[in-house]
Amino acid sequence: MILAASAGNVIVWMVWVAAGFACLASAVAVVSFSNPFFSALALIGNLASLAVLYLLLSAEFVAAAQVLVYAGAVVVMFLFVIAYVGPRTEPPWAGGPSWQAVAAALAAGSIFIEIVVAVGLKAGGRLSHSEHVGRAFGSPGWIGRLFLTDHLLAFEITSIVLLVAAVGGVILGAHTKRLA
Amino acid sequence: MLQGPGIAWYLGLAAFLFATGALGVLVRRNPLIVLLSLEIMLNGGNLALIAVARHAGDGAGQIFALAVMAVAASEVCVGLGFVVAIHRRRLALDVDELSELRG
Repeated sequence: MILAASAGNVIVWMVWVAAGFACLASAVAVVSFSNPFFSALALIGNLASLAVLYLLLSAEFVAAAQVLVYAGAVVVMFLFVIAYVGPRTEPPWAGGPSWQAVAAALAAGSIFIEIVVAVGLKAGGRLSHSEHVGRAFGSPGWIGRLFLTDHLLAFEITSIVLLVAAVGGVILGAHTKRLA
Repeated sequence: MLQGPGIAWYLGLAAFLFATGALGVLVRRNPLIVLLSLEIMLNGGNLALIAVARHAGDGAGQIFALAVMAVAASEVCVGLGFVVAIHRRRLALDVDELSELRG
């Protein structure tokens, strides 16, 4: 029994290391590719590896929604716009590092250190023991019940936000010809 | 019982994702790649939310993550609308050039 549990633990660790490494590598790739087409393709890898991490955190519905909404809809929209705008490469580090790039790298590094220090100071001692959750945790039925009972207002506001964004997209796309 | 790495590992990964996305937003000049880097930042936030939801055994974090995904989809919709509008008016797709609000 203990042997089986530790074998499961080792498998989870291996999956975590693989997904985490893929996640980091594809995030760095999105930021550093010069062609936005390849960046969008790398974002698919990032989203897929994040979905694996969500599964390890027993968030099955969020993982499925991540693959459907992001990899299925958002990245396809990106690819359409990149194809419409045309290939336009911009090497991120062309002509040596400028002071802007150096300052941006410093700012990003300080954000990372700040988050790690803040989380470590506030919750460092309490992160080791996680709660026990049931089998239903993260399942679609459980999420749906939460959405329609405890978080009904968030659900409705989400629909309004999406409607406003759709109207805004239509207006941005339709009125430019008249203005120009 | 959470098998494998503890929540702190997930939070560290989320912090790294957020910092990488912030670097992309600050460094890149192509607005399409700035939007893609924003997605990475939002995903870092989502990973932290879901990790903490699993840690506390509470569903609110997952609901919040789904709301963040809806906001991200809206942001991409409007942002790509801007990119298409900029392209139609034959302006340069470069956030350093597009520094004024005048049309």
